[in-house]
Amino acid sequence: MSQSTALPKASHPRWLRLTHWLNALAVLVMVTSGWRIYNASPLYEFSFPTSITLGGWLGGALQWHFAAMWFLAINGVVYLAFNLFSGRLKRRFFPVSPKGVLHDLWAALRGRLGHADLSHYNQVQRFAYLFVMLDITLLVVSGLVLWKSVQFPLLRQLLGGYDTARHVHFIAMALLVGFVAVHLLMVALVPKTLLAMIVGRKEHA
Amino acid sequence: MKKRIEGLDESSILTDARKILAPQIEDRSRRSFLLRGLTLGGVAMLSGCNLTDDESVETALSSMSRFNDRVQGWLFNPNAMAPTYPESMITRPFPFNAFYGIDEAPTVAEDSYRLEVTGLVADKRSWRLEELRAMAQTEQITRHICVEGWSAIGRWGGVRFSDFLKRVGADTDARYVGFKCADDYYTSIDMATALHAQTLLALTWDGAVLPREYGFPMKLRMPTKLGYKNPKHIQAIFVSNTFSGGYWEDQGYNWFGGS
Repeated sequence: MSQSTALPKASHPRWLRLTHWLNALAVLVMVTSGWRIYNASPLYEFSFPTSITLGGWLGGALQWHFAAMWFLAINGVVYLAFNLFSGRLKRRFFPVSPKGVLHDLWAALRGRLGHADLSHYNQVQRFAYLFVMLDITLLVVSGLVLWKSVQFPLLRQLLGGYDTARHVHFIAMALLVGFVAVHLLMVALVPKTLLAMIVGRKEHA
Repeated sequence: MKKRIEGLDESSILTDARKILAPQIEDRSRRSFLLRGLTLGGVAMLSGCNLTDDESVETALSSMSRFNDRVQGWLFNPNAMAPTYPESMITRPFPFNAFYGIDEAPTVAEDSYRLEVTGLVADKRSWRLEELRAMAQTEQITRHICVEGWSAIGRWGGVRFSDFLKRVGADTDARYVGFKCADDYYTSIDMATALHAQTLLALTWDGAVLPREYGFPMKLRMPTKLGYKNPKHIQAIFVSNTFSGGYWEDQGYNWFGGS
């Protein structure tokens, strides 16, 4: 599909950059409107400060949430399809093993993990990006159960019913926000990765 | 403030005040919803739109909501049943929920009560409660899911709504069934949901006459829809091809509101 993915020089092909930023936007809208929806009936002992939520009131937040969900889901499917059929998923994210992740994590913490080649993901990155793909998938699935619990009985049962799906949806959101926090920290530490995600060129040190 | 004004009926003053204020409040809350929405929504997320033009944002979100109505209508499987639960799982006490406090729930007198049936129906006569009680009754223990996210399991009994629609000779090819209620609430639903086997013209709750706080004399119980789609204190039912929205739906809640 995308010729550029076959070239080792292009670390971030155009489809990847486009789906990345669309996903970032969709996640921002979904999370902030989701917080406002959560506030209408908090599942746990706290609420989100209204100032960091989107929608103004429950009805508004739901409108944002149910509009942005299409962008999140469709963009996600497009990303996964490109990733899978271009062979990039296999090439960039595998192999990955617990031992390898721990090894690279230890190296990173000691400052001994380089980012000279941005087209090569270390095992921590592989794990983190694979994790976030699965986490967003779980958010979409649990969201489907909350939105249409009667129409998707199999999904509802898989997630342990409507009430459990609320917890799953919330925890998956919290993990996503955790990922974003670490992701942004890493970008701040290695700013050239931001450039790569914007213009797509491999930086030569 | 609490002092009683002689010769004036408090409730009628309140009703009048509400009628005058409601459109203004609604308008203002709508505007502030957009403004507040935009303070964060504006964070670089709408680069293509003019951020000050809040009408266009509202229009876009509303059309997405209409699109979601169509998707849900298409997804709706008339044979898919909402899960049912054992009696031990009934939520007690079952929560009261409305756009007003529990003390303000309307009191409907049974003797003078008549259910008005109009629109695309062959038999437009009004119904007394006894007549509805004389029809075949059915029961369900299902989960009531609120748009806010919480849910509660309750036991409702009454007339299967599809039986009632057939009895009054409703045009079941019509698109909508609308409801007007004693608490000035109103809503409308799609015909497919109206004909769903679990859609109930509920006359009882937990084996006893439907209490005032849960919608006496009757509510439409639909376990396939969110709470705000289940009207209480129903006074009039009309079958129509004209879209008539609803109390919350007109303020921004999704019209289909199905689960």
